[in-house]
Amino acid sequence: MLAIGRVKGWLAISAAGLAAAALITFWILVGFGRPSEGLPPSAGAIGGSFELTGADGQRVSDRDFRGKWLLVYFGYTHCPDICPTTLLDISQTLGLLGDDAARFQPLFISIDPERDTPQVVGEYVKEFDDRIIGLAGTPEEIASAAKAYRVFYAKEEGTDARNYLMQHTTFVYVMAPDGRYVTLLSPTGGQTPEAMAGRLRELVNPVTAGQISSPTSAGPAPSAARER
Amino acid sequence: MSSAAPGKILRSFAVLFVLASVSPTLAAEYDVGSIHIAQPWARATPSGATTGAAYMTITNKGATPDRVNCVSSDASAQCEIDSMTMEGGVMKMRAVEGGLEIKPGQTVTLEPSSFHVMFVDLKRPLKQGQTMKATLKFDKAGTIDVEYPIARIGASAPGAAAGGGSMKMQGSGGGMMQMDKR
Repeated sequence: MLAIGRVKGWLAISAAGLAAAALITFWILVGFGRPSEGLPPSAGAIGGSFELTGADGQRVSDRDFRGKWLLVYFGYTHCPDICPTTLLDISQTLGLLGDDAARFQPLFISIDPERDTPQVVGEYVKEFDDRIIGLAGTPEEIASAAKAYRVFYAKEEGTDARNYLMQHTTFVYVMAPDGRYVTLLSPTGGQTPEAMAGRLRELVNPVTAGQISSPTSAGPAPSAARER
Repeated sequence: MSSAAPGKILRSFAVLFVLASVSPTLAAEYDVGSIHIAQPWARATPSGATTGAAYMTITNKGATPDRVNCVSSDASAQCEIDSMTMEGGVMKMRAVEGGLEIKPGQTVTLEPSSFHVMFVDLKRPLKQGQTMKATLKFDKAGTIDVEYPIARIGASAPGAAAGGGSMKMQGSGGGMMQMDKR
C-alpha cells in the first residue's frame, strides 16, 4: 500500500514538473511578455487619429495634415498658467525656426468640451499666434483623441462647479508628416524655446538618413532591440 | 554752475518725462516691515478667462520667518497664493495652506509654472499695458497694496510690463527673453 502511494506521488510530481517545464518553454518561445521590440512601450503607441471641429465649424481630422509636421498640445482655455505659457513658448519656438517654421503646424486641442466650443478655442489660440489651429469636439471625440495621444485629463477636485480647473498632461507631441509620432517637447518641464527650436530644426534637417526614424534622441536604437 | 543748473534740472525732468511716457508701467518696489517686494507683474488674460495670475519677488530681510496671503484684488472676487508642482507630466496647482512662507534672508520668486498670486473669479479681463492692484497680508510685516503692471499673455517674464520698452513681436528675437529663464 505504501509502495503504491509512493508511485502515485512520484507520478504526480513528475507530471507537475513536466507541465511546468512545458509552460516555461512556451513562455520563453513567445517572449515572456516583453514589450514589442524592446522600445519604450509609448514610442509606437502615441498619437494618431482624431476627428474634431475647427473654429469655423468645419470637421478636421489628423489626415488633413499629412505632409506637415504637427505640434500637438492638449489644454483648455480656462487654464490659468500652463496653457498660455506653453502656447507662447510654441509661438516663440516657431519664431526661432525662421523658414523652417512653415513646415510645422501647431494644434491646440481642448480637453474641456463643456466650456470650450470650437469658436471659443479658435478665438483663444489667436491671442497667442495666428498659426495655431484650435480644435474642439464632443466629450467622446476628445476622449478618443486624448486616448490616442495617451493624454491624461480630469477636472480638478475641489474647484468651483462653474469655474473648475483641470489637470492635464502638458507635453507637446511632435508628429512627422506621415502621421507617425516622433518625439515630445516639454516647455513646462523646463525646455526653452531655444532648445525646442534646436530639436525641431534637427528633425527637419536630418544629418543622417536614419535620424527621423529614431523616436527620441535619447531612446535606444531599433537595431539594438532586435538583437534580443 | 548756478546758471547751468536750471538747464540741467530741466533736462533731467525732460528725460524723466520721456521715460515715464515711454514706460508708463515701470514697476515699483515695495517695503513693508522687513519685507521687500520687487518686480511685481501680472499677465494678460484671454478674453473669456475667469482666472488670472500675478508674480513678484519677495525678500525677507528680517530675522524671523513670515507668511503672506493675498487678501483681495481689484480685478477679482477672490485671490490666493498658489503653488505649482509637476507630477508625472501633469501640473498640480494648490493653494498654499496658511500662506506662503518667506524665511529670514530668503527671496521667494513668484513666476509662471511656480508660486503665483491667483485671482479667482475675474471681474474684468486683464489687458496688457494696464495695471491691477492686490492687497497682500504678511503675518508679521503687515498689509500692503501692490500694483501689478500687466504684461503680454503667456509671458514668462515681466518684459514690457517692467518698462522694457517695445515688446519683441513674434518672429526673430522672440526667444531673447527666454535666455535666462531656467
